[in-house]
Amino acid sequence: MALYEHLLIARQDISAQQVDALATHLKTIIEGEGGKVEKQEYWGLRSLAYRIKKNRKGHYVLLNINAPAKAVQELERQLKINEDVLRCLTVKVDQFEQSNSNKARRERDGERKPEGETQETAE
Amino acid sequence: MSQAGQRRPFFRRKKTCPFSGANAPRIDYKDVKLLQRFISERGKIVPSRITAVSAGKQRLLALAIKRARYMALLPYVVK
Repeated sequence: MALYEHLLIARQDISAQQVDALATHLKTIIEGEGGKVEKQEYWGLRSLAYRIKKNRKGHYVLLNINAPAKAVQELERQLKINEDVLRCLTVKVDQFEQSNSNKARRERDGERKPEGETQETAE
Repeated sequence: MSQAGQRRPFFRRKKTCPFSGANAPRIDYKDVKLLQRFISERGKIVPSRITAVSAGKQRLLALAIKRARYMALLPYVVK
């Protein structure tokens, strides 16, 4: 078993519920192969840095997966077929980020911007 | 050339790598705010001789920026 961070972008036209359904579907794939989804994080509809298949926005979903390599292969195969998914990226990591990475970071960044000097005390 | 080296009009502070030392940020492709400091206005990766990132960290940084670009978190080019 290894730890993977999986980030995917879903098409802008589908609803948040559909994204949720997609995530639970992926969860069943992973669990079917004997893995486990440690954490699931929905970043919301973010604007893309450039257009992908005529989409300007996308739903970002982050999954922290603890699973054997076969499960990840199966996951990527299914995502390539799925037309709702624009991009996906799996990165093997030594350990997951402890805090709920992105929400915490975005809040911190929001505070950091006006007063750059107090960065160290905020962390 | 040698004259200019002998008496430099200003003292250049020795820069240190922003990713080394205690409480340095971790290089992560999801941290867009952090990565944005190391790309130019055009979207290019800034060379380490300007940002003073150490060679090893620059390699990790470049990989993180490329991953962020693939996931459309950062642009490939800004026109």
